[in-house]
Amino acid sequence: MEKGKGVMVGGRRWAVDFTDYSTSPSSRDVPDPPGFSRASQDQDDSTLSRQKKDAESNWKSQKAWEVAQAPFKNLLMMGFMMWMAGSTVHLFSIGITFSALWQPISALQGVGKVFEPYKDVKVDLLGPKLLFIALNLGGLALGVWKLNTLGLLPTHASDWVSSLPPAQEVEYSGGGIPIR
Amino acid sequence: MDIRVFLLLLLVLVSSVEHGFSLYEDQVGLMDWHQRYIGKVKHAVFHTQKTGRKRVVVSTEENVVASLDLRHAEIFWRHVLGTNDAVDAVDIALGKYVITLSSEGSILRAWNLPDGQMVWESFLQGSNPSKSLLSVPGSIVQINLKVDKDNVILVFSKGFLHAVSSIDGDVLWDKDFSAESIEVQQIIQPPESYVIYAVGFVGSSQFDVYQINAKSGELLKHKSAAFPDGFYGEVLLVSSDMLVSLDATRSNLVTISFRKEEISFSKTHISYLVGESLGIPVILPSKLSGILAVKFNTLLVFIRVKSEGKLEVVDKIANAAAVSDALSFSEGQQAFALVEHVDGKILLTVKLSHDWNSDFLKESIAMDHQWGLVQKVFINTYIRTDRSHGFRVLIVMEDHSLLLLQQGEIVWSREEGLASIIDVTTSELPVEKKGVSVAKVEQNLFEWLKGHVLKLKGTLMLASPEDIAVIQDMRLKSSEKSKMTRDHNGFRKLLIVLTRAGKLYALHTGDGRVIWSLLLPSLRKSGSCKHPTGLSVYQWQVPHHHAMDENPSVLVAGRCGPHWDAPGVLSFVDTYTGKELNALGLTHSVAQVIPLPFTDSTEQHLHLLIDSDQCAHLYPRTSEAIGIFQREFSNIYWYSVEADNGIIKGHALRSNCIGVVDEYCFNSSDLWSIVFPSESEKIIATATRKLNEVVHTQAKVIADQDVMFKYISKNLLFVATIAPKASGEFGKPTPEESWLVVYLIDTVTGRILHRMTHHGSQGPVHAVLSENWVVYHYFNLRAHRYEMSVIEIYDLSRAENKDVWKLLVGKHNLTSPISLYSRPEVMTKSQSYFFTQSVKALAVTSTAKGITSKQLLIGTIGDQVLALDKRYLDPRRSVNPTQAEKEEGIIPLSDSLPIIPQSYVTHALKVEGLRGIVTLPTKLESTTLVFAHGVDLFLTRIAPSRTYDSLTEDFSYALLLLTIVALIAAIFVTWVLSEKKELQEKWR
Repeated sequence: MEKGKGVMVGGRRWAVDFTDYSTSPSSRDVPDPPGFSRASQDQDDSTLSRQKKDAESNWKSQKAWEVAQAPFKNLLMMGFMMWMAGSTVHLFSIGITFSALWQPISALQGVGKVFEPYKDVKVDLLGPKLLFIALNLGGLALGVWKLNTLGLLPTHASDWVSSLPPAQEVEYSGGGIPIR
Repeated sequence: MDIRVFLLLLLVLVSSVEHGFSLYEDQVGLMDWHQRYIGKVKHAVFHTQKTGRKRVVVSTEENVVASLDLRHAEIFWRHVLGTNDAVDAVDIALGKYVITLSSEGSILRAWNLPDGQMVWESFLQGSNPSKSLLSVPGSIVQINLKVDKDNVILVFSKGFLHAVSSIDGDVLWDKDFSAESIEVQQIIQPPESYVIYAVGFVGSSQFDVYQINAKSGELLKHKSAAFPDGFYGEVLLVSSDMLVSLDATRSNLVTISFRKEEISFSKTHISYLVGESLGIPVILPSKLSGILAVKFNTLLVFIRVKSEGKLEVVDKIANAAAVSDALSFSEGQQAFALVEHVDGKILLTVKLSHDWNSDFLKESIAMDHQWGLVQKVFINTYIRTDRSHGFRVLIVMEDHSLLLLQQGEIVWSREEGLASIIDVTTSELPVEKKGVSVAKVEQNLFEWLKGHVLKLKGTLMLASPEDIAVIQDMRLKSSEKSKMTRDHNGFRKLLIVLTRAGKLYALHTGDGRVIWSLLLPSLRKSGSCKHPTGLSVYQWQVPHHHAMDENPSVLVAGRCGPHWDAPGVLSFVDTYTGKELNALGLTHSVAQVIPLPFTDSTEQHLHLLIDSDQCAHLYPRTSEAIGIFQREFSNIYWYSVEADNGIIKGHALRSNCIGVVDEYCFNSSDLWSIVFPSESEKIIATATRKLNEVVHTQAKVIADQDVMFKYISKNLLFVATIAPKASGEFGKPTPEESWLVVYLIDTVTGRILHRMTHHGSQGPVHAVLSENWVVYHYFNLRAHRYEMSVIEIYDLSRAENKDVWKLLVGKHNLTSPISLYSRPEVMTKSQSYFFTQSVKALAVTSTAKGITSKQLLIGTIGDQVLALDKRYLDPRRSVNPTQAEKEEGIIPLSDSLPIIPQSYVTHALKVEGLRGIVTLPTKLESTTLVFAHGVDLFLTRIAPSRTYDSLTEDFSYALLLLTIVALIAAIFVTWVLSEKKELQEKWR
């Protein structure tokens, strides 16, 4: 698609504008045909579309709540997997833990995208979004907790001390048995 | 965090593989080398012509009896006798047995000549070894005495004359001389005679002759004659009936005719004989038949003994080095070899005993002056193709090397000095310079390609057995490991070794070849330095900043004389060129050399030399060094362990020496002393941390993420004392009266950090101290077993630092310098285990950063090196470790330490006469070089936690490359396919 567009832009000689401007009179230079009233048509459709929109927004908010609750299942699933993985460090448990950390983070990054289809003036997405975020944060917390049980979090003094070099001594002493 | 992950992974890796070190058969020789030596030759006996094989049997100062190939200098067989079993004499009997007399003449052994198997051994009982032992000047072996068809060996030792059958070693008869007051000098059996003459002195002025029946050992006759002037030294047999000695004033030669009815003496004044006064005469012990060699300083005078004891000077030789014994060859002719040094070359002359004026052979041989002077000559004859007699000589040089000369050439040489290494240090190789010549690469391009094709075949398992052999050969002779430049991993280094002969060698760690050798001029006999001995070798200058244009150098410390208050000598040697840069004859003695942890601007290490008057001398003697030293002056201490008196003393430096104007000399005062009660404790072993040891961390993480702080101090001294009663022989003391006490002492303050007593234990004690632990080996009399113990020492004063937040923001004092005068509170843990072997040496692996886990290197009694994981010597081991402890890698406690056959570092080889094990860290953290030296040399590379930071040698790069290529191809193919599919979908 991108490529095609580029070619068109570069080599345009003539163009036919097929755009339908019927709904936006202001941008049109050509006057409306006689006997045609734009306003009356709008009024006719308004009730119908309002009903339609209400139904749609209802459906959207319902769907948004559903989407917001989806991570909960994930959470349970993850919990089960973690329990299965055990608390020793090996490939499986590390993989599970990191996926458990990664999933919420990526989900949180894409909060806007997830709720994009349900965006509507009338739908209040704040509630589902907060739930979604909360559940994902829960997932993240579970992941971090797992990381900690695996001993991979620097929460102990040993994690900070073990890389410290030994202290220098002020005094120096040498010697021993005299060389015979 | 990543370190922790890494360490944990490492731990998992390690604990899953029990035997971290083991080799496959085809890996032998890839990273290890082994060299066999015999030591400085004392005696050499050539095989007789009839046996056909060109061999020589030698005995050496390292107590080795060996048979060498005269053509290639290979060792056919070799036996290393114990350290207390010095070989006194060696000879060949019956044409098939090598007879050796050892242990001051008390053990006689026969070895089979072709293969060196022991045939028999007999213990010759001496008299009570009180007075007679001391008065016997040496043991005398007389072999090849024909009695009927049986060869009888005559041995005089410890006051007894023994006749031993050479077939089975049975003592046929013996004659006790210990009751008489005679000091037997010679046992003489004239050919075709059944009479043995035992001659010797009674007191200093009486000469006695005993005639003994060779068959039965009964005394036939005893003659005695007084010589009022007295004798000096030993007697020499010049002919079958004539002996020569010096009189008590050492100005007269005395000839003794002992086979006649009456013993007759004849005295000749030396200055009258020689014509002038030349100094103190010494009779050389060479048996030259009718001729006597007397040495005056450098002048050698040959004197012929004529009938009736008349003496006549035959020749005077100014630069003579050595004279061989006379060798009889065809028709009773006798020849001997004489070696002289003439302007840089050596002149070998073979003369016939009866005809002095004609030289049978005169050869001048150019010789590497690094071998020094000739010390011993052994002559042998062979028959040339034109049936005439040719001679070859075996010479022993000043640096202990052994050379064979034949037809004016050096046929071979053996660097036997390497059998007696005193000290080892290391040096980096030069940095690789840019601009390798293209021609060299092109020349080898075909070879290189061929090699890689072969290797690829090997990896793909397409190689034939011949190919595999070629591949193996290529691996072993890889030029990569013997290059003369530094490598990325730091495997290639120079080992600088100092030998007992005062010679310095540089060995390449890749293949063990000698890069250069230097007979140190300052450690050779000279007017000012009569008996020089080398003591130790240190790294003097190690350039890092100027590595491209400056060469590293080493410091060799020595002293002029056998006593420790003799003046010292220092020598500085460039390790790349092997040239002596500078030599200092010191006015003070060298009792201790203390390398200080400071360097000056030219990266020379500061050294403190302590003399016998407890004065400290600073080297290098520059004002800059003194400036650095003055800054740290008050923090420098030293200590001395007086093992004989049972005192350990600590000293501090005070001020410049009084009396001498020398700003580099400092007085010291006693700070503290620890006196061990002499009736109950005797110091037998000490151990300190190696100066170059690097410790990665001060904390030890134990189960449950807890931390223990190691007590890491460079000033820690381990001392072991035993009960004086238990210091004698093995088996003498009872468990009740023997004990072993170990101490951990801070050498700055003299504080005893830990003291522990092992009741019922005795030495010898071998100990090694590293990081915060010490491991020692001793004998437990109660259990009748050897034991090894470990002590770990922890610092309690830092245990408070456990707040994560404080650590996070860096609010702790764990890395700030500490003073030992703060007397940190310590805690120790220890544990003991049985160990089935006795130990000759103990060392520990050391790595560049100190991260890798440690292994103990145990030199076993079988002259092998065993690697034992430090985890086996962990005082936190318990019978039932908890899950957390198991995760940590703690091994369940067992009463004895396991010896896993695969963990012998020396695999199938032996390092005969093992004396020391040195570990050298490489740049690659996982790896360390292990150098074991004794009579043999052995070097290998070990990785205590496996090579976790590099791919193994047998890693298949070809397979990796193939996989990558295949993957790229797959990516390409799938990409093309997907493009096609996409296009098709668009057309749909």
